[in-house]
Amino acid sequence: MKILVVDDEADVRVLFEQRFRREIRSGLFTFSFAYSGEEALTYLHDHASEVVLILSDINMPGMSGLELLRHIKQTYAAPPPTPPQVMMLTAYGDDPTRQQAMQLGANDFLTKPVDFVALKEKLTVLASHEN
Amino acid sequence: MSVNTTIFFSILIAVGLVRVIRKFLDLPTRLPRINRLLDYIWVPGVVLFALSSLIHWKSDQLDELYLLFVFGVGIWVLLRLRTYRPARLLLLAALPFVAYSAFELVLALVAPAMLKEYDDSFEVAQAFTFIWLFTFALIARNQKNQLEKDRLLREEEEKAKQRISAQNVELERLVAERTATLTQQAEELRYALTELRITQNQLIQSEKMASLGELTAGIAHEIQNPLNFVTNFSDVSTELLTELEEEQQKPDRDPELEAEILTDLKQNLQKITHHGQRAASIVRAMLEHSRANNGERQPTDLNKLADEYLRLAYHGLRAKDKTFNATITTFFDPSLGHISAVSQDLGRVLLNLFTNAFYAVQKKQKDGNTPGYVPTVSVNTLHRSSGEVEIRVRDNGTGIPESVKDKIFQPFFTTKPTGEGTGLGLSLSYDIITKGHGGTLTVETEEGEGTEFIIRLPG
Repeated sequence: MKILVVDDEADVRVLFEQRFRREIRSGLFTFSFAYSGEEALTYLHDHASEVVLILSDINMPGMSGLELLRHIKQTYAAPPPTPPQVMMLTAYGDDPTRQQAMQLGANDFLTKPVDFVALKEKLTVLASHEN
Repeated sequence: MSVNTTIFFSILIAVGLVRVIRKFLDLPTRLPRINRLLDYIWVPGVVLFALSSLIHWKSDQLDELYLLFVFGVGIWVLLRLRTYRPARLLLLAALPFVAYSAFELVLALVAPAMLKEYDDSFEVAQAFTFIWLFTFALIARNQKNQLEKDRLLREEEEKAKQRISAQNVELERLVAERTATLTQQAEELRYALTELRITQNQLIQSEKMASLGELTAGIAHEIQNPLNFVTNFSDVSTELLTELEEEQQKPDRDPELEAEILTDLKQNLQKITHHGQRAASIVRAMLEHSRANNGERQPTDLNKLADEYLRLAYHGLRAKDKTFNATITTFFDPSLGHISAVSQDLGRVLLNLFTNAFYAVQKKQKDGNTPGYVPTVSVNTLHRSSGEVEIRVRDNGTGIPESVKDKIFQPFFTTKPTGEGTGLGLSLSYDIITKGHGGTLTVETEEGEGTEFIIRLPG
């Protein structure tokens, strides 16, 4: 299962790669990383059909995570075979932001600091559905 | 009327004479004792009359004798007053007359026939003495008047002098009073100035604290991020260690995996250090911002400073308004290097400009009059060929109306609602850039389109 992580913090990559090292090694998950909303859109443009899940930060310089979400939902409303799931990750776990994200069509909303155990479970469930 | 009644006329003359002399010579003040004695000038006349009546001595010369006595007294008085010039003149005037009168009297007593014989001559002589008397009496009177005038003039002058000196005293008193008042006022003003300075410093400090308060949430966010990394990397490192231990227990150990884990562990520890320092530097910046200013310049990385404060300002605003989002573009000229500056002060300026920029774009977004509006704040640094360093903070927000553009650097001027701004931010910023760093702070703005603040610092 291919997952695109969007965050302006570069160290997120290292963290994810270590947190999910077993899953990556076993081939359960494949991670790609983008460091801005714009970069994520470019990546999606090239790999639209591969990416199953997008994990995006909201607070980023330039295009915010919510804008990215809107773009994705508009552009990839029904790509073959299924539209990618979008999970928002933010330090601002307040209600207005959550509601806004949900309105825009986010599939899930997680707050930072990320509970990797919970995240792993969610991803595993998703992966099993995928298969 | 048998005897010598004419003497009463003489007495009257004597009394009149006394009055005239008294008045002319001002005897009550010049010779008070003699003046009192002169009240009794009539006594000798009366005594003479009484004696002559007693002895039935009838004589035409009795009254003349008495008058001569009176004249003698007059001359005696004049002699007593000879230092007074009119008195001397009067003496001169009277002497021939008195001498003549004495001579005539003696002649009348001794040789009355001779008197008769030379009647004409005597009359001429008497007339002459009379004329002499009156002439000199007139001169004496004039002189007296002149003296009196002089005296009055002198008195007037003296009075004027006294008046002037009294006025001088009064003036001096007024001057002293005024000086005292002025000194007191100066003292009060100095005190007020000191108070003002203290208040100003307090204001500057509270403005700092207010801006820090606005930033609290942003700072928290900025610290939270690195702390999350610290926690996460520690956690994952523990996992890695567990994995490493498990691997070491295995009979067929994988040295490649073990090496990989060890490399990751080392990397993680470096990440922990890095993010720990990141958090620490934010705390340090915050402390530096709140600390009273020591005003010392030190080599400052403006790019780093601008970046730090840009994040703080953005997250500060985000924390207050969760829905707010802005596009931030930055260009940090790598050739900027370090410049000598009071970094704490410059940080405040930048923070203020950023906060204003975000405020402006947020306001425009909230007004909602511009469809498709993307709030954008851009920060550019530039090392100019002249050696000057330039920082441009631009926003596409509400802009500043022409009518208030000239006032924005004035203390306490604010367009924000009460409680949202102290009105000190830009005026303090202006002072910091111009007075503190010898630079310039200018503004280019168009209402409804956006604003750009340009800081230029000498390299």
